[in-house]
Amino acid sequence: MTTTGTTTSVNNDSPMPELPCDSVGLVAPQTAHFDEPLPLACGRTLPAYDLVYETYGKLNASRSNAVLICHALSGHHHAAGYHSREDRKPGWWNAHIGPGKSIDTDRFFVVSLNNLGGCHGSTGPCAINPNTGRQWGPDFPMMTVGDWVHSQARLADRLGIDRFAAVVGGSLGGMQVLQWTLAYPERIANAVVIAATPKLSAQNIAFNEVARQAIRSDPDFHEGWYAEHGTVPRRGLKLARMVGHITYLSEDAMGTKFGRDLRSDDLNFGYDVEFQVESYLRYQGDTFSTSFDANTYLLMTKALDYFDPAAPHGGDLAAAVAPATCPFLVVSFSTDWRFPPLRSRELVDALIRAGKPVSYACIDSPHGHDAFLLPEPRYQAVFASFMGRVARDLGLEDT
Amino acid sequence: MRADLELIHDWVPEGAHVLDLGCGDGTLLAALARDKNVTGYGLEIDPDGITACIARGVNVIEQNLDQGLANFDDNACDLVIMTQALQALRRPDRMLDEMVRVAGECIITFPNFAYWRHRAYLGFKGYMPVSKSLPHAWYDTPNIHLSTFNDFERLCRDKGLIISDRAVGNGDHEGHWSSRWWPNLFGETAIFRVSRGR
Repeated sequence: MTTTGTTTSVNNDSPMPELPCDSVGLVAPQTAHFDEPLPLACGRTLPAYDLVYETYGKLNASRSNAVLICHALSGHHHAAGYHSREDRKPGWWNAHIGPGKSIDTDRFFVVSLNNLGGCHGSTGPCAINPNTGRQWGPDFPMMTVGDWVHSQARLADRLGIDRFAAVVGGSLGGMQVLQWTLAYPERIANAVVIAATPKLSAQNIAFNEVARQAIRSDPDFHEGWYAEHGTVPRRGLKLARMVGHITYLSEDAMGTKFGRDLRSDDLNFGYDVEFQVESYLRYQGDTFSTSFDANTYLLMTKALDYFDPAAPHGGDLAAAVAPATCPFLVVSFSTDWRFPPLRSRELVDALIRAGKPVSYACIDSPHGHDAFLLPEPRYQAVFASFMGRVARDLGLEDT
Repeated sequence: MRADLELIHDWVPEGAHVLDLGCGDGTLLAALARDKNVTGYGLEIDPDGITACIARGVNVIEQNLDQGLANFDDNACDLVIMTQALQALRRPDRMLDEMVRVAGECIITFPNFAYWRHRAYLGFKGYMPVSKSLPHAWYDTPNIHLSTFNDFERLCRDKGLIISDRAVGNGDHEGHWSSRWWPNLFGETAIFRVSRGR
């Protein structure tokens, strides 16, 4: 396996359209295989596994400029750039990763992976269980944020990265960043926690449970063995995504985007799609149900539910963050009601109580939780300023 | 650095844990960190100020001072600094209570409304004073609780606080005999060092 270098390869023979110059260009995923068993929080052990990842930019000689990207619930390793010139969309965080962007690939070497349990190439429920020769399916062990971070640290070992210049993530990704600061304080120089929370609220867990029940009650689910039955619990996944999607947008954003607009001029007094918002949600659900694995979705939502680093400290988050040593940037968004600014403030206040270096900005945005994925001038200014300071402190020159 | 900030810079002890209320672009905290190994946090609500702080590596928390300092424990800091923000708060008296709860010592600066130029402006022109230290018109000023050197001294006395130092900051009058003898008249910016009573 290669340990360094960029995955970018440009096909000059092709007459295809130019890619945007502020993008990392064409990228290709790589796979790292691990034979060393990974002990998990649930008590089980993953005997061997693959991690799929992409890298952008160049690792410098002192290996000090690496930035790890942690993905959210439905994310994956493809965070920036394009896999082919035909791609309609770039990676999921292309707005913030690239030359001259907040995570400036002229300075930083960016590592972005698909977490274990995922369905985009890393070992997960769709992989074959070596002990049985069958797909893991619902028997894939339950993963926690701590397990993910453990596996990410092993990927860092493989890439020769002792210490990340920064570990960065939004939503569930932000929880992984927090976990990094507690589990590997000596291996993380800076932490960027965006639109996250130190633990889910009862309401958050409730929404996750609705999503899980939607999937598990689909007749095509077959207790998770749908692949062996030749089915896909599409209706359940679709419903789960529709519910999730409502929580990602703000009421205002939905109102502005759809209002009470109808698809046709008249009411038709039936249950087919009438309002634009229904059409949008169904489309989102349909798309998701053909591209995401149901067992992965279940597992990811449980990892969210379980995360609570304060629990072993009697709920005292300030005590829980004691091991952290690096500066934090915490960012929230004004209309995010999935993980509202107050949840970020919980983390910020705990860090203050523990005397840790932290900066906090609450960005005015109409886009709800999804705002963390989008470009917004103030968000970009805050993010870029922090990463610029990181680069300056580490003495990183533009490569 | 602004004249009042330079004076404060001299007053801050080496290695102190400091809270700077309304820290602006972080100039003071950055200088204190560099020169005196000071740690701590700035609170600010201005987006450009917050970005500037983050860019220079100053810990800044987006927080509205009118909502108090409940997220800071009693005696969480060695020193609380508030420069040119007291007069913009809804309840400066309550903020003063909060400040001496969070740290035993506080440094506070604010524009002295009894400065002779302000008096003359109001007295002779009959308009609300507009000056270098009070640059806003009456209708759009953030300064909703203007006070004088004497007013603040009285508030501290009423609260049983100890004034360990007072000075005036002003390009023309700093250190001048007139402002040392009659700070309420000749000081444009009031600077107080206050500590908790018994």
